[in-house]
Amino acid sequence: MSTFLGLPGLRRRVDDGAPDPLPEEPFGAVPHPQEPLRWGEAFPAAAKQTLANDQLRRNLGHATQVIRTKRAVVVDEVPDWEALRDAGSAVKQQVMARLPELLTQLEENVVARGGVVHWARDAAEANRIVADIAKAEGADEVVKVKSMATQEIGLNEALAAEGIAAVETDLAELIVQLADDMPSHILVPAIHRNRSEIRDIFLARMGDAPPDLSDVPRELAMAARAHLRRKFLSAKVAVSGANFAVADSGTLAVVESEGNGRMCLTLPSTLVTVMGIEKLVPTFDDLEVFLQLLPRSSTGERMNPYTSLWTGVTPGDGPSSFHLVLLDNGRTDVLADEVGRSALHCIRCSACLNVCPVYERVGGHAYGSVYPGPIGAILTPQLTASSGGVSGHQDPNASLPYASTLCGACYEVCPVKIDIPSILVDLRAREVDADRSRRGVDPWAAAMKAASWVMSDGGRFALAGRAATLASGLGGGDHAVSHAPPPVSAWTRSRDLPVPAGRTFRQWWAGRPPVAPDEPPTGLAEPADVPEAER
Amino acid sequence: MRIALAATCLADTLFPGAPRATVRLLERLGHEVVFPAGQACCGQMHVNTGYFDEAVPVIRNHVETFAPVADGEWDAVVVPSGSCTGSVRHQQAMVCRRAGLHDLAAIADAVAARTYELSELLVDVLDVTDVGAWFPHRVTYHPTCHSLRMLHVGDKPLRLLRAVADIDLVELPGADSCCGFGGTFALKNADTSAAMLADKTANVRATEAEVVTAGDMSCLMHIGGGLSRQGTAVRALHLAEVLASTREEPTPLPDSTFTRPVTGAAR
Repeated sequence: MSTFLGLPGLRRRVDDGAPDPLPEEPFGAVPHPQEPLRWGEAFPAAAKQTLANDQLRRNLGHATQVIRTKRAVVVDEVPDWEALRDAGSAVKQQVMARLPELLTQLEENVVARGGVVHWARDAAEANRIVADIAKAEGADEVVKVKSMATQEIGLNEALAAEGIAAVETDLAELIVQLADDMPSHILVPAIHRNRSEIRDIFLARMGDAPPDLSDVPRELAMAARAHLRRKFLSAKVAVSGANFAVADSGTLAVVESEGNGRMCLTLPSTLVTVMGIEKLVPTFDDLEVFLQLLPRSSTGERMNPYTSLWTGVTPGDGPSSFHLVLLDNGRTDVLADEVGRSALHCIRCSACLNVCPVYERVGGHAYGSVYPGPIGAILTPQLTASSGGVSGHQDPNASLPYASTLCGACYEVCPVKIDIPSILVDLRAREVDADRSRRGVDPWAAAMKAASWVMSDGGRFALAGRAATLASGLGGGDHAVSHAPPPVSAWTRSRDLPVPAGRTFRQWWAGRPPVAPDEPPTGLAEPADVPEAER
Repeated sequence: MRIALAATCLADTLFPGAPRATVRLLERLGHEVVFPAGQACCGQMHVNTGYFDEAVPVIRNHVETFAPVADGEWDAVVVPSGSCTGSVRHQQAMVCRRAGLHDLAAIADAVAARTYELSELLVDVLDVTDVGAWFPHRVTYHPTCHSLRMLHVGDKPLRLLRAVADIDLVELPGADSCCGFGGTFALKNADTSAAMLADKTANVRATEAEVVTAGDMSCLMHIGGGLSRQGTAVRALHLAEVLASTREEPTPLPDSTFTRPVTGAAR
C-alpha cells in the first residue's frame, strides 16, 4: 500500500535556460512566527500573495485531487459510512457534554497505570512542563511524533530556547522543520513542496544526506530514514501528540503511516504526550468507530499501517516513564459556545482541506495558522478569541470566517459531521456583533442596514426595482458593465455585471391579464405606459 | 395546484426571465401561480454576511408574506433558486430563534416545510420529469453548491434536462466544484473568487456549449459575468428558461451572455 507523502510532481521548468540554482536561504516561505495560531496578513491579502504562485497552485491542485479521489473510493465501499459518521458525531457530542468528568477519569486511569498527568492552561505552561521533563532527564535532544498540538503551542521553538533540539521524525514534518518553514496542511504539512525542493532542502540542511541525492521519492525517503534512525537510537526522550485517549482505560493512541511514530513511542526511556483536552473518547469500544473513520478520511486508506496504543508504563517494555500533558489553550472557551463547540469534535483527518475549493487555490499558509482550511477557519478564531480572535478587525484571524464560499464540500466529507458552513456563518455574526459597539462608520454595515430597510418590505423593494430599471440603458448592446467604482470594482476586475432589466419581474406580473376570474393579479399597480420591450 | 412564487430579489430586478419562465412552465403544466406582492428577499445575503440583526426584518417580511401557505391557502411555495430555498429551509428559523422570536421561528419552519426549489417541486411534488420542453441547443449544467449539498437535489435537474426534446446536454468537467461566488465572498475575497471562477469558466468553455444553465441565477450571474468578460458567446440561462421552451414558444438564445430578447419568451 503506497502512502502519500506530500511529494507532488516534479517542478515544471518555466524556461530552457540554465539549471535552477539552489534556492536562496532560508527555504521557508514562512519563518516560524511568534504565534503559531496567528501570523501574517489577513486572509484576503495573504491569499492574494499565495495565488500569485502558479507552481504552488499546480502542486496543490494535483495533490488534493489525488487524495480526494483516493478518499472517495474507500469511502464509497463502506456500506454503513453514514451510520459511522453519525456514531462518530454522537460519541464526540457525548465527550463534550461530559468533558470534566471524563478528563478526571482519564487522569485516574493513567496515574493508576504508572503515568504522570500534567494540566496546562495555555501554550506557555505546556511548553514549560515538557522542557522541565526533558531537562530532568538530562536530554539536549528529543525525537518527535507528528503532532498538531505541539505545532499549535510552538513547542520546538520553546525547547530550542532552553537548549533542547526537537527533531521531527515524520518525513513531511522533517522537511518543514529543516526548511525552517511552517506546515501548510494538517496531514501532509509539506504539501506545498515538490521533489526537487525537498532534495535541495535535504542537501543543504540535513547534514548527513548523500551528496549525490536525487529527487526520486524513494531516495529521499531513504536519506531521511538513515538520518532519523541515528536519532531514534540516541534519543532519551520522545514527545508525541495523541489521536485519541480512552477515558475508561487510560489508553493513548497514535495513528500513523510511516512507523517513525512507533519508533519514538517505544525506543526512548521517557515519553511525553501533549494532548488537547478534546481528544477523548469515553470507552475503548469507541475507538472502533474512529479507527474506521480516520484513515479513510485522511489518507484514503482502508487502514493505516501503524496504530500504536499504550497504557501507562509496562516494565521492560517501552518507555519506563510516561507523562501526559492535558492542553486547554483556548479549548474551554470554544466549549462554552453552543454553536462553535462542535469544532472540538475534529479528529484532524484533513478531509475538509482536500475538498475545499478555497484551500486548493490558496494553500495553507494563507490562513496564518497551523490549522488551515475549513476546519482552521472555524477553529483558529475560536481558539484565539480571548486574545483577539473573533472580536476585532485589527486581528488577522477575524478574516478567517469569511474565507469560504459556504459551498458545503467540507461538511459533506467530515467524518464527524461538523457543520462547518453553519459555524462559519455564526462566527461572522459574532464578528459583526462585536463590531457594533465600535466607533466609526463601516461601509459594509451601512450598506447592510440600508439593504435591510429596502428588502424588508414589498412596496419599498418594488420602488427600488423600478428605480433600478432606469439603469437598464447602461452597458450597451450586451447589457454588461465592465467598470464600476469601489466596492463593486472588486467584482468588475474579473467579471462583467449585468445591468438591471428594463422591466422588473413584478412589473411584468402586474401587467398580465388576470389568470382566473376570481383571482385578480397581485402585485404593484403599474402605470399604463410600461414599455413593451423586455430587454 | 395553487403555487406561490418567490421570485427572489436578484431575479426580480436583474433576471426577470427566470421567474417569468417559472410562471410559464408551471401554468403550462396546468397549475395556478400566485405572486404575493409583499415579497422582497429571503434574507440570505444578510445572514451569510453575518448581519443577523439586519436579516430579521427581511426574514419577517418573507415569512409573513408566505405564511398563508401554512394555512393551506396555497399548496406550495416555489423558489427558482437553490441557495434561497436553502436559506429558507436552514437559516430563517435559526436567525429568528437567535433573536428570541420563537413564534416567528415556528411560522418560518411551517413555511419552509412547504417551500421547494424548482426541480424539487417538479420531480418530488408534481411527479413530472418530462415537462414537454423543446430546446435544440448544446447545453451544460452547473449543479450549484446549495442545490447539491444543502438541498441534496441530486440528479433531479439533470433528469429534467435529459427529458427535453432535441437538447444536446454535455457534462461539465469538475461540475460539483464551487464557481467562487459565495455572495459577498466575491467582493471580500475577490482574488480567490476570481481564481475559482477562472477554472469554472474554462470548464464551461471546454464543453463548447451554447448555454450554461443552473438552478440559481446568483451563480449564473457569476459564471456569466466571467464568460462575458472573456468575450465568449456562452449564454447563462436559468433551468426554468430551458424547461419553459417549447416548439410553439421557444426560448430564444440571447445574442450574448447577458442580453435579453426583445420578444419571444416574454409573453
